[in-house]
Formats: sequence, structure tokens, C-alpha cells
Amino acid sequence: MSAPLPWLHPQRVEMLERALDQRILVIDGAMGTMIQSHRLDETDYRGERFVDGHDSGHAHGEGCSHDLKGNNDLLSLTRPDIISGVHEAYLDAGADLVETNTFNATAISQSDYHLEHIVYELNREGARLARAACDAYSAKTPEKPRFVIGVLGPTSRTASISPDVNDPGFRNTSFDELRATYREATEGLIDGGADVLMVETIFDTLNAKAALFAIGEVFEQRGGRLPIMISGTITDRSGRTLSGQTAEAFHASLAHSRPLAFGLNCALGAADMREHVETLARVCRSFVSAHPNAGLPNAFGEYDETPEEMASTLREFATSGLLNLVGGCCGTTPAHIRAIADAVRGLAPRRLPVRDLAA
Amino acid sequence: MTATSHHTVLSGLEPLVITPQLNFVNVGERTNVTGSAQFRKMIKEGRFEDAVEVARQQVENGAQILDVNMDEGLIDSEAAMVRFLNLIASEPDIARIPVMVDSSKWSVIEAGLKCLQGKGVVNSISLKEGEAAFREQARKVLRYGAAAVVMAFDEDGQADTCERKVAICTRAYRILVDEVGFPPEDIIFDPNIFAIATGIEEHDNYAVDFIEATRIIRRSLPHCHVSGGVSNVSFSFRGNEPVRAAIHAVFLYHAIAAGMDMGIVNAGALPIVDDLDPELRERVEDVVLNRRRDATERLLEIAERYKRGSRDPAAGNAEEKDAWRSLPVARRLAHALVHGIDAYVETDTEEARLEATRPLDVIEGPLMDGMNVVGDLFGAGKMFLPQVVKSARVMKKAVAWLLPWIEAEKLRTGDAGKSNGKIIMATVKGDVHDIGKNIVGVVLRCNNFEVIDLGVMVPAQKILDTARAENADMIGLSGLITPSLEEMTHVAREMQRQDFHLPLLIGGATTSRAHTALKIEPHYRSPTVWVKDASRAVGVAQSLISKDMVDAFMEKIRADYAEIRERHKGRGDARRLVTLEKARAQRFDGDWDQHRPPQPRKTGVTVLEDFPIAELVPFIDWSPFFNAWELAGSYPAILDDAVVGAQARELHRDALAMLDRLVAEKWLVARGVFGLWPATASGDDVQVLGGDGTTILTLHFLRQQVDKPVERPDFCLADFIAPKDSGIDDWIGGFAVTAGLGIDAHVARFEGEHDDYSAILLKALADRLAEAFAECLHQRVRRDYWGYAADEALDNDALIAERYQGIRPAPGYPACPDHTEKATLFRLLDASANTGISLTESYAMLPTAAVSGWYFSHPRSQYFVVGRLSREQVEDYARRKGWSVAEAERWLAPNLDYDPE
Repeated sequence: MSAPLPWLHPQRVEMLERALDQRILVIDGAMGTMIQSHRLDETDYRGERFVDGHDSGHAHGEGCSHDLKGNNDLLSLTRPDIISGVHEAYLDAGADLVETNTFNATAISQSDYHLEHIVYELNREGARLARAACDAYSAKTPEKPRFVIGVLGPTSRTASISPDVNDPGFRNTSFDELRATYREATEGLIDGGADVLMVETIFDTLNAKAALFAIGEVFEQRGGRLPIMISGTITDRSGRTLSGQTAEAFHASLAHSRPLAFGLNCALGAADMREHVETLARVCRSFVSAHPNAGLPNAFGEYDETPEEMASTLREFATSGLLNLVGGCCGTTPAHIRAIADAVRGLAPRRLPVRDLAA
Repeated sequence: MTATSHHTVLSGLEPLVITPQLNFVNVGERTNVTGSAQFRKMIKEGRFEDAVEVARQQVENGAQILDVNMDEGLIDSEAAMVRFLNLIASEPDIARIPVMVDSSKWSVIEAGLKCLQGKGVVNSISLKEGEAAFREQARKVLRYGAAAVVMAFDEDGQADTCERKVAICTRAYRILVDEVGFPPEDIIFDPNIFAIATGIEEHDNYAVDFIEATRIIRRSLPHCHVSGGVSNVSFSFRGNEPVRAAIHAVFLYHAIAAGMDMGIVNAGALPIVDDLDPELRERVEDVVLNRRRDATERLLEIAERYKRGSRDPAAGNAEEKDAWRSLPVARRLAHALVHGIDAYVETDTEEARLEATRPLDVIEGPLMDGMNVVGDLFGAGKMFLPQVVKSARVMKKAVAWLLPWIEAEKLRTGDAGKSNGKIIMATVKGDVHDIGKNIVGVVLRCNNFEVIDLGVMVPAQKILDTARAENADMIGLSGLITPSLEEMTHVAREMQRQDFHLPLLIGGATTSRAHTALKIEPHYRSPTVWVKDASRAVGVAQSLISKDMVDAFMEKIRADYAEIRERHKGRGDARRLVTLEKARAQRFDGDWDQHRPPQPRKTGVTVLEDFPIAELVPFIDWSPFFNAWELAGSYPAILDDAVVGAQARELHRDALAMLDRLVAEKWLVARGVFGLWPATASGDDVQVLGGDGTTILTLHFLRQQVDKPVERPDFCLADFIAPKDSGIDDWIGGFAVTAGLGIDAHVARFEGEHDDYSAILLKALADRLAEAFAECLHQRVRRDYWGYAADEALDNDALIAERYQGIRPAPGYPACPDHTEKATLFRLLDASANTGISLTESYAMLPTAAVSGWYFSHPRSQYFVVGRLSREQVEDYARRKGWSVAEAERWLAPNLDYDPE
């Protein structure tokens, strides 16, 4: 087989693979939940640079001033202290990997704020903040190196589902549009120092294919690559993604990118996610990850599974040999991550399946 | 990183794993503008909704991959490809399968790939424009996450000879695998199928070239697949669909044998070689295999004859589907029988009757001819049981139509027609299970045997008296529960005593060749034969009836059975049982120092009156349902099985439709009862205690006596209950459920309509519903009533896999093989009064759609097989039960490790 591209950071990859071989690694928890607790207002989001609701890079025109509150990814530029604080809280709790604050740092999502032009910057700065936090903790505990996951979110549009019930053939985005913005985001994450790229919260597999295509293009252009993680979202008890795929079909659709890890996150609590993680653990030749929500939202839309409950469910995943990486998604806090880290400590990671030469 | 296997995995909304067991993957071809004029017209006229329906039909007809091609000069191919793929992406029943993006233009392929969330297939890439372009396209395909069809095409053109096909494919393979890093399992070679019988001599060997190249490619290039567009091969016969279909059938037959495992075919019309007229088949084979120089002329000679009237049995469109209606009436009847279509049977039968001299001629002529075809196809494994039963339904309806005229004719002439033979069939005394027997009856009738079915619970003497009175040719016995084995032995003994010489057939779920050889055949001197399943019944019956065959057949059977007896004799010493004392010393350790059994939330008996059937449906375990119809495989994989998938899907559809009706129209009533009681173990018995701690009843269990290593216990169900001397409180449960109340009226209705298919279907469904009820109730007991697994959340697959805590073994089954304990269970539950289930003298439950058993909660309780019992344990058991040893030996006969006689 032709040799794949070399790693951009071979030593970090080696450390990561060695750690994965030895134990179950812990991913951090929710970013949004932590930011909410700071009760930030519009001025926090705008900072100095966006004091008018836009910056100088923005093409001025009618109604170009926008409320920026809720654009959490922008805080990497305007309130980096808060974002670094979240990373540190999770590293303190025992996370081996932290996710960059770049979930919505794509042109499609930023277009809601008319900030398409800072996509590269948001990704680069998001990665830099996580890098700095990880480096500081790795220096403190060299036996437990910490890693930056550069996050590529799903965007707010779907390439294989029509938003118009009257025209099932209609689409409000395209493979090429997604590919272009994912490319920009990927460049930023790599330049900011990400160790791994994770395409996550995949509810439409075609969006993810565009992301992986873009990542492949960037790697080729740079002549080197980073490990890739893929994390899909089974939206409800139907056992399917929003775009209708089973976990196994989802895996088949993206396995060509030869990721370091396949997994699931969001939408479901740990208990409901289990059977699908088990499916992935059965069919998947990569490492397997799971970062579920803290249960299902209650009547107020809040997640109320306690750290103990969640950790005990995830511990069973681990003792059943399903896990290589585990963490939390919506509603999880450093307390959840600490409980999860404690629960899986010392448990053997899932073994990668051995190639069946006879098959 | 390592792979688990080299199976190709494609996907739509669901995965398509291409395993060798799939044999052949159908690629639907009707959504291809170059192949279907109809589809081209729809696209040209912008009728995309109609085009989507074509795709849906392809999937319904069994396409496993959908080929989409928009290559047409007057169409904006890129736009049409995108529009169509986006539209079908919104149709879950179409989008379920992977798409093959088919175009000769790379830009169209790329536009298509950008619309597929699943892993599709590119059709195609090749070395046509040199290695650089090939590599570039292959890398792109890989990056889009698709598999690829690789044409045997290079800079010099398309490969026509075997040698060039192999050379180009090998070169492409090496580039893809060694240089591009393309997974070899994602390579699908298309070594070019070209038209044969064109009149040009150089073309004569094209099919052979393809087939031979396929053989070499599959052998020498690991993990790849071979595909092709099959319709090309018959291009010179365009306009003559029957001959084209015949050429496709023959070509595929040989190409698949050589390793072609995928093909672009009309998924709805994959013809079967054996359906072909022998003369046509021979001449087509001459052409395909290039066996003689004048092959083309000889095929042309007869081709015109086949042109009128489609012989294509499963043609894609409605016009072709109904074409058989224009055939002569005899052919129409044959067609209706082979395809199980009963819509026209009465008018066709009447037409045939008017043409015939005697009404009986209709049966002995066209109807029997049709049924012979059915019998042959079934015997050859080319038709499956549900189809045969449907064919029988057609036959029965035709015969019912003719009967009044036949009776009148008989009165006049005394001629009763001739049958292959007359068979008395019965489910033996004490047993009520008859699905298998009914199926065998249907199959035998299909093969022109006269079957006199005495029903269920038939005493030996009635069977024998009827056989005498009817002057029968043989007797068939059936049974499902283990005591029926003893009853069959009894019938055999009686036949010998009363000087019978008729062959005796033995069948049913618990019967076996070994049991027949050891326990039945020695008691009866005339032919005694075990029949494995319905598919063997005809062969056995014919061999026994035929004067020419019977001696040789029986000689072989007798030799087989003698050998089994010989082997069995030797076996007794090989694995000796351990003493009862040793087995008891090695009992299962319930960890009573640690384990505290969970206390039920409520003890005593609970009755569930008229449980809603609709709530049971999700708990149905479908695999045994298919097995009842002799379709092998597990659900849901069986629906996509290469061999029986189509039949399984049809049967499943029929079953679901009937389920809807029986729920909506309340055909069946489900009732159940369960109880939870304090209990304590005392040796191998369990005492069920009343509220005051006194023993109400004692349950008796049996223990394994297997020679095992010390760490593996010799189990007895009593081990799962806390022993008396531990002083620990424990509980046992019991249940009985049925979903078959009210079934008889509906079965009778179907039988009255000559519809055995529906009657058997209903019985099989009621059985499944009873099992589902048991599963559903067990879950409720675990979660609510006993409550020890309040948080359990298992889906049906997990339930079927028994991934819950606790077991529910049934008396008469391997962990507690004594059926008589069912009487104790029924007494505890007052089950007959509470549910309407009664027990026969052999402890079979009636209605048959019923399940009963014990509940154990111990976290490490498990199912096991008690297996063989020593005389010592049987004597001990007889003492505990208050039986004579002979009585114990009779009830435990299937488990005895020794011969009591």
C-alpha cells in the first residue's frame, strides 16, 4: 500500500497512541454549560474589537451592526480568560484531551453574526488557547501528557436534508460550500496547534464527508497530517442520525478517512447511547469514543444526570470493553468529568480488533 | 491500524456488507437513461416524481444497489443527477440502499458523489486515458469515500479477450492497491460483457472470455469483486425478450459460478435457469459457452417461437406481469400454481373443465403438471416452503371448484382417479402440535398423495383402525413434546402386535434419526423412517411407494439405523456419568454468604385478563417463525439472504398484514397468570411456602451428572434457590400465558376457504405471540412485580439474547425435562381456571399457543441441559415423586442413560 502522508507532529502522535494503548483517555465536558455560568452580556461578547457589533474587516452596509451575544466561539478573541479557565477546569478534573472552543467557527454558522471573515482566526485562536492550557498541564504532569482536539462542528445546515417540506430535492447548503469553510477552519486549527482534528456532533453524514474531504485537501497541501476523530450523533431512540443512518451505515460512510477514533456524542444520555457505542465497537477498526450528554433534557431543557449516575453508566461501558476515549457533552461539568475519570481509572481500554487475514 | 475483515461495506441509510454468503449482489438498472427508454422519457420531461417511483420499485424488487445514470445528449446530466439523488435521499425506503453513480463523464460522477451521505460506488474509472488520469480519479474516489467499478479498458481500448481482460485488471489492481492505497475490497472489476450471437465469428467466444477472465481475476486479485452489465450479452436478440431473458439466465448461471458476484440486472426479473424450456436452454448454452460452430443459427431457428407471449415470470412492469393471462388455459393454470396466484383460479379451472372430456382430466392434466413443476423446484431447493403452501392453496381451490362435477362423474362411472398413494397422518395421543404435520400434509398433497389427516391427540387404535378401513399405503406420526416420543414407540409396538406391514413415518421437532433408530424402529419390522422436514417428506413417501425403489431405499435406511445403534452402544462407556453423590457435591454455589435474594414487591398470584395483543407485537422473536417455514436464517438478516431473502420478505409481509388484521379485528385473546412465592431449597427439591412458612407444594428438579472439572458445577435448578439450612429468605415464581384463545374459529374459517397457507400462518403467529407474551411478562415481573431489575432497559434483540438477570425455564424442556411438573405449576397458579389453558394427558398445553415455566431471580442463574440420567438418579427421583421406577423411566425416557428393558 502506498505510504500515507507523514504526521505533522510525530512525537505528539506517538505519545497519544502510547497513552491510548495503556488506558482509557478522558475527554473534557461541555463548553456552553460552563460559559453560561458566567452570565455574560453583550459587551463581554463584543469586547473592544467588536464594540460596534462588527469589526473593520467587515464589509459595511445596511444593518451591519449585530448582537453578538451567544456567539460563544467569539469569546476566544474577546474573553480568552474565560475560555482558558474552562480548559483549565477540565484539565484539573483529569481530562487528557480538551476540545477547542470552535464548534460554530464555520462560515455557515458565523454568517448568523456576519462574521464569516474571521473563521480562520476563530479556529486558530481557539486552538492556541487550548494548546497553552494543555502545555501548562503537561509540564506539570509529564507522565500524563494532555492533547488538543481541534473541533469541527456540524454547522447549522444539512447537505442531505431538505429544509423545505414542499421540495424534498431542495438544499440550503452544498458539499462545496461546506468543504470550503471546513478547509478554512482546518487551516486555523492546525496553525493554532491542535494535536487531533475531530469532526463531531455529526447529524448529517454528508456534512462530515465534506469536512473530511477538506481535511484531506489541507493535509495534502501541507504534506503532513494529524490524527482524525469522528463523532456522530444518534438523535433519538430511533437509533438513527438526523439524516437517517444507522450507526453501522454511518461508520461505513466515513471509514475511508481512516480515523484514529470513531465515536458518538450529544443528543442522548449515556444509557441510551450504549447500544450504538456497542455497534461501533463491533464494526470499527479504530479506537472508540463516547461523550454523551448528562442524560436527557428535563422539562426545563436542563440536563440533570448527576456526575455519579453518569460515571457509573460509563464505567459499565468500560468494563464491557467498549471504550478507548470517554467524556461528556451537553450539560456535563468538571464534576462529571472528574467522576468519569475516577470511574474508568485502571480499567483496560478496548482492544483493537485484529485483522482477519483469512477473510 | 488493523481491519476486522476484508468484506466490502457499502451504505445508504443502512449498511450493505458484501459477504461471500450474499453470493450475488443485484444492482438495479432501471434508473438508467441509457438502459430504460421509460426512465429516459421521465427525466427528459422533468417527471422526477415518476422517476423516484421507478427507484422505489427497484428497491422493492430486491435491488441491493441502485445504479443511476443520466448520460443523454439532451439532458443536463449533472443537474439531473443532483436533482434525482437529492430527491431519493428524502425517501427512506429508497435511500436505505447504496447508490452507484454511473456516468462516462467524470464531472457527472463528481456531482453525484457530492450528494451521497452513504458509501456509494463510482461506475466507472479506467486506464482509458492513461495512468495519470486513472490515479487522479482513484484518489478522488477514495477521498469521497466510495468504492469503484474499474472497467477493463486501457489506452488501446476495451479488452475483448480473456488474456487482455486479465492483464488490464491486474495492472489496474496493482496501481490502485500499491500506489494509491485503494482498499482492494472496494475494487469492482467490470471485464466487459459484449454481445454474442451477432453472426460475426470473432464475437462467438465473448461470453466465455468474460467467464474465464472472471475466474482468473477472482482467484488472483484478492478481495476484489467482478460485475458487469448483463443485458449487453443478448443485444443481438433485442425485441425478443424471452430469448434475451434465457440468455441472461444461462450467462449469469455460469458467470456466477466463476466468481461474478455483482451485476447490473433488472432486479425484478432475475430469471431461473431451470424455468427454461430444455430445448431453449440447450441452444442458449451452446451459444453462451460457444460449444458449436452453428450455435447461433440453431438458436435463431427456434427463437421466433418464443417471441410471442412473455415467458419471463417476474418481469418488471405490470404489462409483462400480466402477459401470462394471454397464454392458453393449461399454461395459465401451471403459471398460477408455480407462482401461487389464486386470483383467477376459479375462472381458469372452469374454462379448463369446459374444454376437458372429464373434470378429472383437469386435475390429472394441467393441475398435476403444474404441481409437478412445483414439487421438482421445491425438491431442488429452488422454491421455498411458503411458496409451496401458496401453490397448494391454488390447487385446493381448483380442486374444490371441480369437486361437484367429479362427484357426479364418479357416481356415473365409478372412476375415482388415481393418486400416488394414501397416507394417514396424525399428531399422537397427548400432543396437540400440528403446524409441522399440516405443512407436510400440504406438501404431500401437492405431490398427488391422498392425505387423511386425523388431527391431533389421536389414540393409537384410531390411527390403526383408520389405516385398515381406508386401505392406506402408509402412516405418518407427528409430535412435538418429548412424551410423544414414547407414544410413537407405543404405536410402533401396536402395529407390530396387530400384524401391520405399512411403512411408518416419524416426524416432529423432538424426533430424531437417533431416537427413531434406537427406540422406534426395533419395535416394528416393516419400514420405519424418520423424516427430517417437509422438504424430505415427498422423497421418502415416493421411495416407499415405489416397488422399484423401496428395497434399495430401506436397505440403506436399515443399515444407517443399525450403525447408529452400534455407535450408541459403544458410546455409553466413552463418557460415563458421575455418581449422583459426586454431582451433588459439585453443585452450583449460590454464594449464600453474600447474596441476599431480592424480595418481590408482591407475592401471591396475579391474573392478566385479556392482555392487549398489540403490546406483544414488539416482543416477537421472528427467527423461529421463519424456521417454522423451513427458511433457515436469523431475523432480520434473513430478509436480505441471497437464497431465501425474497421468500422471507414475502412471508414477513404476509405475516405483518395478518398481524394487523388479527389485532384490529380481535381474532385472538391473550390471558396470563403468574405467581411469586416464598421458597426454600431442600436438596434437589424446592419447597413452595405459604404465608405461615409451611410447605404448600414441593417441586422436583433433576441434576446434571456430567463429568466436569471442579470449577464447573453440575447444575440443578434447585441450586438457584437459597437452601433451607442457610436461613435466608428466597422466592420462586411461575407463569402460564396463552395468546391462542379463539384461534380455532379462524383456523376453521381458513380451512373452509381451502386456504391452508393462512391457517398455518395464523397458528405460527399465535405461537410467536405466546412466546412474546412470556417475554413481555417476564420483563414486567423483573422490572415491576418482583422488581429486582427496576431499571432494566433492554431492546428486543437483547431480550432475545437473554441478556437479563434471571431465567424462566419451562417444565419439559432441557433444564427441567419432566413434563409432569407442569401439573404442579398449574395447581399453584390455578392456571386452567385463570387462563383457559388445559393440559393433555402428556402435559401438552391447549391452546398450543401457550408458554409456561418457572422464574428464578438469582443473578447467576442460567439455562442448562440436564442431559442423561443414571439409573441411580431416576430411582432417587421416583422416590421423591412417589412413583414406581418404571413410571419414572417412562416420563424420563428421552433422558435415560441406560436401557430400562
